[in-house]
Amino acid sequence: MSQVETFYDVMRRQGITRRSFMKYCSLTAAALGLGPSFVPKIAHAMETKPRTPVIWIHGLECTCCSESFIRSAHPLAKDVVLSMISLDYDDTLMAAAGHAAEAALQDTIDRYKGNYILAVEGNPPLNEDGMYCIVGGKPFVDQLRHAAEHAKAIISWGACASYGCVQAAAPNPTRATPVHKVILDKPIIKVPGCPPIAEVMTGVITYMLTFDRLPTLDRQGRPAMFYSQRIHDKCYRRPHFDAGQFVETWDDEGARKGFCLYKMGCKGPTTYNACSTIRWNEGVSFPIQSGHGCIGCSEDGFWDQGSFYDRLTNIKQFGVEANADQVGMTAAGVVGGAVAVHAAVSALKRAQKKTQDKVEA
Amino acid sequence: MTATPNGFNLDTSGRRIVVDPVTRIEGHMRCEVNVDEGNVIRNAVSTGTMWRGLEVILKGRDPRDAWAFTERICGVCTGTHALTSVRAVEDALGITIPDNANSIRNIMQLNLQIHDHVVHFYHLHALDWVNPINALRADPKATSELQQAVSPSHPLSSPGYFRDVQNRLKKFVESGQLGLFKNGYWDNPAYLLPPEADLMATTHYLEALDLQKEIVKVHTIFGGKNPHPNWLVGGVPCPINIDGVGAVGAINMERLNMVSSIIDLCNTFNRNVYIPDVIAIGGFYKNWLYGGGLSGQAVLAYGDIPEHPNNFDAGQLHLPRGAIINGNLNEVHDVDPRDPEQVQEFVDHSWYTYAEPGKGLHPWDGVTEPRYELGPKAKGTRTNIEELDESAKYSWIKAPRWRGHAMEVGPLARYVVGYAKGHEDIKNQVDGLLRTMNLPVSALFSTLGRTAARALESEYCGRLQKYFFDKLVTNIKNGDQSTANVEKWDPKTWPKEAKGVGMTEAPRGALGHWIRIKDGRIDNYQCVVPTTWNGSPRDTKGNIGAFEASLMNTYMERPDEPVEILRTLHSFDPCLACSTHVMSPDGDTLTTVKVR
Repeated sequence: MSQVETFYDVMRRQGITRRSFMKYCSLTAAALGLGPSFVPKIAHAMETKPRTPVIWIHGLECTCCSESFIRSAHPLAKDVVLSMISLDYDDTLMAAAGHAAEAALQDTIDRYKGNYILAVEGNPPLNEDGMYCIVGGKPFVDQLRHAAEHAKAIISWGACASYGCVQAAAPNPTRATPVHKVILDKPIIKVPGCPPIAEVMTGVITYMLTFDRLPTLDRQGRPAMFYSQRIHDKCYRRPHFDAGQFVETWDDEGARKGFCLYKMGCKGPTTYNACSTIRWNEGVSFPIQSGHGCIGCSEDGFWDQGSFYDRLTNIKQFGVEANADQVGMTAAGVVGGAVAVHAAVSALKRAQKKTQDKVEA
Repeated sequence: MTATPNGFNLDTSGRRIVVDPVTRIEGHMRCEVNVDEGNVIRNAVSTGTMWRGLEVILKGRDPRDAWAFTERICGVCTGTHALTSVRAVEDALGITIPDNANSIRNIMQLNLQIHDHVVHFYHLHALDWVNPINALRADPKATSELQQAVSPSHPLSSPGYFRDVQNRLKKFVESGQLGLFKNGYWDNPAYLLPPEADLMATTHYLEALDLQKEIVKVHTIFGGKNPHPNWLVGGVPCPINIDGVGAVGAINMERLNMVSSIIDLCNTFNRNVYIPDVIAIGGFYKNWLYGGGLSGQAVLAYGDIPEHPNNFDAGQLHLPRGAIINGNLNEVHDVDPRDPEQVQEFVDHSWYTYAEPGKGLHPWDGVTEPRYELGPKAKGTRTNIEELDESAKYSWIKAPRWRGHAMEVGPLARYVVGYAKGHEDIKNQVDGLLRTMNLPVSALFSTLGRTAARALESEYCGRLQKYFFDKLVTNIKNGDQSTANVEKWDPKTWPKEAKGVGMTEAPRGALGHWIRIKDGRIDNYQCVVPTTWNGSPRDTKGNIGAFEASLMNTYMERPDEPVEILRTLHSFDPCLACSTHVMSPDGDTLTTVKVR
């Protein structure tokens, strides 16, 4: 490397004052849910660090993770790519192809042994000797193993890399396999979702650059800062759930009033993600806000949990000695799942317990 | 030398060039060509290098869920498979959708076209024509003058603005960490732009990156997120509540205003940046008229954007439907996806096997049994391919044919069909562009024509987006707030057996889903997608596919630097995750899949 440009240099060069820079650091701290004491640390990191090399490889996938990544509003994708990381290999965006692309990959591995982040979008299929996904004439799983060997850490982008996603749904014809079942000796950060929220993706990267460490992970390997609570816990329609006010059918009176979508199959009560807080595309909306239930896309094996319109059967309401079916039932014969009714156990407590279970790892 | 039935002379005697991976595409693709001693491509082989088996996975599932599975075929053309899927299910079950749902679906589909075309041009295609390293040599003042000349209305045009971008670029390059530009072919003589045009276009690469995240917010409003918004069989999931109790949680005035302002943003960008850039950059490459391939002889479009809900008659579609074969632009054939003689898929050169070799199968009766094997002339091993043998099986993509013809699909195909049919908007746009650039109609049949058609289509779709927004508002004003028809939501209301087809024009071309439903479950699901058409390998008779045809006879400045190959392949905007997935029919499972 000849000269090394830090993030701070970039900002100053763009005419941003020291004062604005510090303000930016405060906002970053706030966005990451950190207190004011972290602001100097963020500032220091941004003043001194060269851009971290990132190798971004693609297995069986649909590229929705890359598409989501470029939707990031804070920070902007262009600032991440130009000023924070050095995206030295990404077959979706890089200029070079074929041999030149493979050379770029090898050069990055050789030059930054142990110091680059490997981001994996998609997963390797293991059937047919791995040849259901071919890169450079060889199985993708070879490229994955090769790039992983000297990586500092691995980010498993999205449901594909984290859990297998749609191509791993039954009967998983290609034996699509999540990254952590192939790479066993590296720290892996799972950032699930189909795709993950843009600002969650850039949030995970900037956290690592800023603090020079991996985010705290839950037992499943997901960053606790974004995945430790259920969509239901923070859903703005939660009061309607608690009040027994439900959408009974599409486009009914309840739908137009924004009632709870639980009866339409919403998987918010069992899905750990940040959709109901960070929301999507700069906070414009999220699935429930736009009238469709959550399909649980950040959960392991969500494709094989029955129809997206089957209602969950074991969710209890706050302070109500009945489940949602009984409280909100208006039409006879629509009750989907019979549920054991327990005494009033608040969903909040359940959530807290489950969260603790998950975070303790 | 072999002559193909569709009119190409293949010569494999020259040097073989392999490009794998082909980058700046969706998914995984390989390309091999033979060049003669004059560095002209005399044989082309295009290979899809991934297979996911999505339609196999769909078997036995709830048809109302199929949109979510098929949407995950592709996260770039996100939503278009979902729309095709809900249309297929609605067709099978005889479900009609309300007028508002038709308008909202059209707005979302048009929004996708614009987003996809913009991202394609600036982030996947531009680096084939634009040299960001050369932009460092530009004079910001001259760049400003150039910008103001090509697009007087674009406000971001001051010398200071371009100087800032150039400085940022300079620091980036001087850091030694070239990131995405690493190992690019920056000293290749194929790059023709003056530094000022390179700086202007590189600047717009960054502007478009900022803009594209705004465009998709229309999906977020109606579908809750992007990529992969939510859809619904029978309509759209977002209810409308303009002024009643709880309106704040539905499509209300504020939401509509946001949609409206984004539509304006799209139109402004198309008008001020995208179209002028294509004209400006295209002007420097005017003489590079390679890449026509099949576009002047065999093109196919299913049509899309129905004026009225539940009516897919060709005359009622804003994007045209039709097929042109044998280069006869005076005759546009109608297309019927139900006709077993029209759309058929062949697998003689694909890594699948049929009971009857050489036969084509209609999607409702399609068979998919993977069989990965390399031909006798292939070099390397089965897990380390050096060179493929195209006389045998060589791709995970099947070979779809329309009445036996290899076809090109996509924006250029739509525009050729529209032009041939006398579609007023399309004709005006095309004639206007050709006049501006002083080019004959024949120039359309080229790599640049494909790229230009995409830009024109983005502009046209922007206007249509506005049209359907106004239609939606008018309908709401008239008292109709309905967004979903739930009469047949309950599977108990369905017939024991049903089959249907859904068609759309995805950004990359004609897209069809064929479904069979039995006892409330998916019995068979088959997708024939744009890149299956364009990326098709050879068929039984030896016809080469659209990618392959388009590469023929192209001169390469430096055969080891595949700039020209990338240019032409990218002009199709290949989407490999879309093209390579299949379904076994009538309940056959994939018996040949090896499980170890």
